[in-house]
Amino acid sequence: MAERKTIVIDPVTRIEGHSKITIHLDEQGQVEDARFHVTQFRGFEKFCEGRPFSEMPSLMARICGICPVSHLIASAKACDALLAVKIPPTAEKLRRIFGLAQVVQSHALSLFHLSAPDLLLGMDADPAKSNLFGLLEKDPQLARDGIALRKFGQQIIERLGGKRIHPAWVVPGGVSDPLRPEDRDEILKAIPEALTIAVRSIAWFKGTMEPFREEIACFGNFPSLFMGTIKEDGGLTFYDGKIRLVDATGQVVAEGLDPRRYFDFLGEKVESWSYLKSAFYKPKGFSDGMYRVGPLARLNVSDRCGTPRADQELAEFHELQRTAILSSFHYHQARLIEILYSIERLEQLLNDPEILDKHVRALARPNSLEGVGAAEAPRGTLFHHYKIDEQGLIRWCNLIIATGQNNLAMNRSVLQVARRYVKRDKITPGMLNRVEAVIRAYDPCLSCSTHALGQMALQLQLLSPQGAVLDEVVRS
Amino acid sequence: MSKPKLATVWLDGCSGCHMSFLDMDERLIVLAGKVDLVYSPLVDNKEFPPDVDITLVEGAVSSEEDLHKIKAIRGRTRLLVSLGDCAVTANVPAMRNPFTLDSVYDRAYRETATLAPGVPTDVIPRLLPYARPVHEVVPVDVFVPGCPPSADVIFYTLTELLEGRQPELATKTRFGA
Repeated sequence: MAERKTIVIDPVTRIEGHSKITIHLDEQGQVEDARFHVTQFRGFEKFCEGRPFSEMPSLMARICGICPVSHLIASAKACDALLAVKIPPTAEKLRRIFGLAQVVQSHALSLFHLSAPDLLLGMDADPAKSNLFGLLEKDPQLARDGIALRKFGQQIIERLGGKRIHPAWVVPGGVSDPLRPEDRDEILKAIPEALTIAVRSIAWFKGTMEPFREEIACFGNFPSLFMGTIKEDGGLTFYDGKIRLVDATGQVVAEGLDPRRYFDFLGEKVESWSYLKSAFYKPKGFSDGMYRVGPLARLNVSDRCGTPRADQELAEFHELQRTAILSSFHYHQARLIEILYSIERLEQLLNDPEILDKHVRALARPNSLEGVGAAEAPRGTLFHHYKIDEQGLIRWCNLIIATGQNNLAMNRSVLQVARRYVKRDKITPGMLNRVEAVIRAYDPCLSCSTHALGQMALQLQLLSPQGAVLDEVVRS
Repeated sequence: MSKPKLATVWLDGCSGCHMSFLDMDERLIVLAGKVDLVYSPLVDNKEFPPDVDITLVEGAVSSEEDLHKIKAIRGRTRLLVSLGDCAVTANVPAMRNPFTLDSVYDRAYRETATLAPGVPTDVIPRLLPYARPVHEVVPVDVFVPGCPPSADVIFYTLTELLEGRQPELATKTRFGA
């Protein structure tokens, strides 16, 4: 009797979180279904209950060690709404600088430390070499560029916030301390080299794409909606703006949506097999409302970046496809363009005559019992929503995080790659690595998204049609 | 002679300690000359080797899977290091301990869900009733507090351990540092 089999990849490595992938084969050994399971859950939305709202930015930063700055910003914006104040203009500019520095470090981590081994050493490389240290052996310059770009971003965060990870500098009403002239000057000094590295990295990346035609064709290459925040002039932004959605043809589906009213247009569905909920665009329903967020989505919805070099790269990027750019493989290039934009924009903001102003915090007591804060995190749109009581203690909290908004697309991408590469009786590391690599393209941040012994490299389970495990093979 | 084997694992934490590890920047290259990173979220080996010299553990023990992993890892590691406040005290993950598990699940999967509300249970590990620090579950050899411990502290700790010395951390890092 032919049996159904399940291939399990556990843990998925070189991503930021805990997950496994199961690939379900039918009686003929063809891929029937594939699922991306997120296995961590932390309960931030519940355990913040009873805490003073002013603690929220620092507490919520602990959702994620990779993008704590995004949580600080979205949380502080939700708290600004509770205070019902307009923060000083310099505070807003300093928060923007903080956010852009994080985009550089987080995108550098994703591209160089986590995905570049696949791009440089190949999808079929020896798993023992597919990492940053293998990269250092093969192309020391590229690996050092990745380390340097990440360091550039982290050092800005350290200069402004006092430490690289979980700084307490972003607070309700603004930021706690102004920018010191010597710190501004040191950051400005580092910009030319960072720009050189960014430009060199884009050239390298564009030169590596050719051998990946097959991957580009099946790495999440399907129609979906794309969502992102844009400025009033349609330009790219990470801090504040209105939400736009485009469809696969690039046509605008919705425009001018207020992120503070996210619950009117976004829904979340629970799947019994993952701690990560799946977000969808409500007017299209589940699952037609599947949308993608993050670098690729932002470049698909934005009319322009707004800085000269990044706009030049964006124009070239759009030549890849006349409609919206659909393959999730292109998240990598989008990430590099956003790095370039961020460095250019950092320079503009640091040269702003107001940037050293000492007035950086608006003080008030809570004036509203409910507040929503939203921002573009490196991985996509982030929402924090709090309700407090008269004493300012948190009574209710909801978070919608980028990775959950890519969940439907990630699952469909895993299925697409599995159908292309996983064939009966031919299970190779390269094939399984491609299934993981498509997940890496989305740069999921799973500790974020679920606020929530890798003994087997590969586990094959033989399941009866009723789902009982008949046999199990484990190999390393 | 082969280099000492280093592993890093991530239980219930935010990955901030791993990011602080990466904040060693160019010193990662120095480290690569001294040790082999044999198991980590940063490399692809999916099986924890039987004879690891030093394992850095980030995060608290919160799920059945965390518990299973850390017990297996303890048996295969010479020096187990609790890295960061979540491993050392259970810190932020333990903030859910005063609440019932059901109420924590309900907020995320019933009250704030739009479609198909219900607690996920298939394939994924169940949470334990309480998040606990690593040393409540297995013996720990070295404690490195901090949220996260700085890259300097991590580099110092590893250097001392590789030289066969016990790191003197009391003046270098603390809870919340």
